[in-house]
Amino acid sequence: MNSPALNDRRRRAEAGWQELEASRQPFIYVGAGSCGLAAGAAETQKAAAEFLAAKGVAARIVQVGCIGPCYLEPLMDVRMPGRPRISYANVAPKDVPGILGPFVDGGAVPKSHLAGHFGEGDMDGIPRFFDLPMLKPQVRIVLRNCGLIDPDEIDQYLARDGYRGLEKALELGPEGVLEEIKRSGLRGRGGAGFPTWRKWATCREQDADQRYLICNADEGDPGAFMNRSLIEGDPHAVLEGMLIAASTIGATRGYVYIRAEYPLAIRRLKTAIARLREAGLLGANILGSDFSFDLTIKEGAGAFVCGEETALIASIEGRRGMPRTRPPFPAISGLRGKPTVINNVETLGTVPHILRRGGEWYAGFGTEKSKGTKTFSLVGKVRRTGLIEVPLGMPLREVIFDIGGGTQKPFKAVQSGGPSGGCLSEEFLDLPIDYEHLAQAGAIMGSGGLIVVDADTCIVDMARYFLGFTQKESCGKCVPCRVGTRHMVEILEKVCDGRAELSDLDKLEKLGGVVRSGSLCALGATAPNPALSTLKYFRPEFIAHVKDHRCPAVTCKNLVVYRIRPEKCTGCQRCVKVCPTGAITGPRSEPHNLDPSKCIKCRSCYEICRFDAIAGDAIVIES
Amino acid sequence: MTKRDPAATGELAEALEACAGNRGELIPILQKAQAVEGFIRPETVRAISRRLKVTENEIYGVATFYAQFRFHPPGRHHIKICLGTACHVRGGEQILATTREKLGIDTGQTTPDGEFDLERVACLGCCALAPVVALDDKFYSQMSVLKIQGILDEQSRAE
Repeated sequence: MNSPALNDRRRRAEAGWQELEASRQPFIYVGAGSCGLAAGAAETQKAAAEFLAAKGVAARIVQVGCIGPCYLEPLMDVRMPGRPRISYANVAPKDVPGILGPFVDGGAVPKSHLAGHFGEGDMDGIPRFFDLPMLKPQVRIVLRNCGLIDPDEIDQYLARDGYRGLEKALELGPEGVLEEIKRSGLRGRGGAGFPTWRKWATCREQDADQRYLICNADEGDPGAFMNRSLIEGDPHAVLEGMLIAASTIGATRGYVYIRAEYPLAIRRLKTAIARLREAGLLGANILGSDFSFDLTIKEGAGAFVCGEETALIASIEGRRGMPRTRPPFPAISGLRGKPTVINNVETLGTVPHILRRGGEWYAGFGTEKSKGTKTFSLVGKVRRTGLIEVPLGMPLREVIFDIGGGTQKPFKAVQSGGPSGGCLSEEFLDLPIDYEHLAQAGAIMGSGGLIVVDADTCIVDMARYFLGFTQKESCGKCVPCRVGTRHMVEILEKVCDGRAELSDLDKLEKLGGVVRSGSLCALGATAPNPALSTLKYFRPEFIAHVKDHRCPAVTCKNLVVYRIRPEKCTGCQRCVKVCPTGAITGPRSEPHNLDPSKCIKCRSCYEICRFDAIAGDAIVIES
Repeated sequence: MTKRDPAATGELAEALEACAGNRGELIPILQKAQAVEGFIRPETVRAISRRLKVTENEIYGVATFYAQFRFHPPGRHHIKICLGTACHVRGGEQILATTREKLGIDTGQTTPDGEFDLERVACLGCCALAPVVALDDKFYSQMSVLKIQGILDEQSRAE
C-alpha cells in the first residue's frame, strides 16, 4: 500500500531527522521515563537548562524514554555538532557543569560519569554505549527506539522506518499478514505464550458485525515494568502493532487498557494517539484504504486480576473485574459478546518489526519452539538493574551474571513470572529461558519479571510476600482461591514467625494443589507456584524456620533480634535520634541500651550506625 | 436525567451530562468524580445511579472492587510506599513500618491533622531503583529508612 500523503510526510520526517543529525546546535538528551524521573532526571534537566542559559548556549534539551540500564540513571546524553552522542551516567544536578562545561568551552571530552558513545567503532578510548557489558549480549528489536527517539514526535518514529509495517500489512492483506506472523513464530508476550497468529485467525473467522481489539497494558505484576517502558519510550510501535492487528482481524474499534498507576505512559500514549489522528493514520479510511479504526484509552482502577482477559473485558464493560469460564474464548465471544482479540503491549510492539523485516528474519532469533526476543525487567539484588531484551533460549546465567553483573552477596534464587511464577535455585542457572523450559522447572515465563535474590533474602518470606499479594488480589469468585490462598498465607506466616510444625509444610503443599486445580482463572491456578517451588527447591530453609526457629537470611522479624555491642558503641547518640519508638536510650559517650520490648525492628539504627555513626558496626541483627 | 442532583455541580456535573448513559462509562465517571472531589461521595453515587440507570448498590459493588476508589476525604499529602517484589526484597517493609510509626497511622488512614495519607501500593513500576516511595506526584528512588525519616521531617517543617 503506497500512500502519497504518508510518503510525503515520511520524506519530510527523514529530512528533519537528517537536519537534526547535521544540526549546528548542541543536543542534550535526558532519560525521562518514570524510572529516570524517580532517579532525579527532572532536577538534572533543570540544572542543564540553567547552566546552558547562563553560558548563553542555545542547545535543545530532549526528553527521551528509558534506554534500559536503570542503574545508570539519571542518564544525560550530549551531542555536539559533528560528533556522536555521548552518554553520561548517574548525573546529579551538581555534576552537570563538570560535564557540560568542557563541551561548551571546546575542551576534551570529560571522563567522569562517562558511560559510552552512540557512534561507530572506537572513539578516544570511549566505549560504545551498546558495547557496555549490560547491553552487548542483548538483541534489541522491540526496544530499538527506546531512549533514542523523542516519544512525543511521530516524525522521529517515521524517520526510523515507522509505519512501514502497516504499509506492508495493508499491501499483503489479512491472509498475508497471518502467514507472516505464523512464520515468525510469535507467541503472546503476556505470559501464556499462545501463538499470536492463531488468536487473530480465530477472531477473523467469526461471523460478526463488529470485532474488537484490546491492548492489555494492565501490567500489574509487581516487579515488572517492560510494558510501561515500551509505551513511555516508543508508543508508536505499540499503536502501529494495533493498527496491523486490527486491519488483520477486521476490528474497527480498539481499546488500550492501561494501569492508572502509569500516568506518564498514559500521557505519552494520549499524545501519540493525537499525532496519529493528525497524520491520518487513525479514523476512517486509513491511508486511503477501506480500513477504518479508532481507539480509546481505558484506565484500569487498580485490580491485578484485570490482567486476565475475561476480567479485563468485564472491567471495560463497567462491571467488577471478575473472570468467567472459558470457552467461549474472547476471540469468539468477548467484549459485549463480540469476537475480541486481546494482546499484550509487547506482542503488539513486536508486530511492526516482523512485518517490516519478515517473519523469517524474526524466527531466526530464539529456539525451536520459542522464537524471537523477549524483554525482561531484571531487578532485585543484581548489580546492573534495568530493562533488557534478549533472544529466547539464552541461559539464565548469562542474563543474571553477564548482563546483570551478578549479585554482591552469593546468588540464591531467581523468581520468574512474578506472583504466578516460580523461584528457581542455583542448579537451574544453565536453563535456557523459553516457555517450555521454565514451565518444566516449575516457573513460568510470565510477562518478563526476573527478580534476583541473594543470601540476604529469606525465601520463606518471599513466598509469604507473593501469596499475600495474590490473596489480596483474588477476586473472590472461586472458593479455593479466595479461602485457600488465605490459609496458605497463614501457614507461611506461622513458618516466618517460627510457630509452625513440620506437618504444616505438608499441609501447605496439599493446599497448593487444591488451589491450583480448583480455580477458574490463571490467577488462582498459578497462585500456589511461589510456595510450591520454594518448598521444592529450598526446603532446608523452611526446616530451619520450623525446627531451629532461625531465619538463615536474618530477615523474618520475629526470628531476629537487634543488639548493641557495648564494646563497639561509642555513644554517639545518632541511633537514639532516629529510633521512631524510643527503644534506644543512653547518655552521650556511653554505650547505649536497646529495649527489645519497644523495638519494631525497622533497621533505622542499624543503617545510621553503618553510614553515619562513628562505630559503624555497633548494632547487629542476629537470628 | 430529569432533576439535577444538587450534589453534582461544576466539572463533574458536566461530565455526567456528557455521558451517553452506557454502563461502560461507569468506571471512567467514578474516576472523574474522584479526580474532581478527591473521593467518592454518597451524593455522587446517587447522581451517577440516576444518569446511568444502574442501582446504587451495584455502583458500590463495582467501586469497592477496585483499589483505586476511596470513600473518605483524602489528606493534603499522599504517601505511597511501594511494596512490589523488588521493593520488598530491598527493604520496603521496614520503610513502611518506620513511616507508620512516625505518622502514627496505619495504611489506608489519614493523620488526625489531615496532613498525610498512607497507602501501600503493589508496584509503581520503578523496580530497578527499588525501594521506591511516592509523595504526591514525586517519586523517590533507592529509599532507606533514614531517607524516609528525612523526607517526612522536611515535609512537616515546610508546613
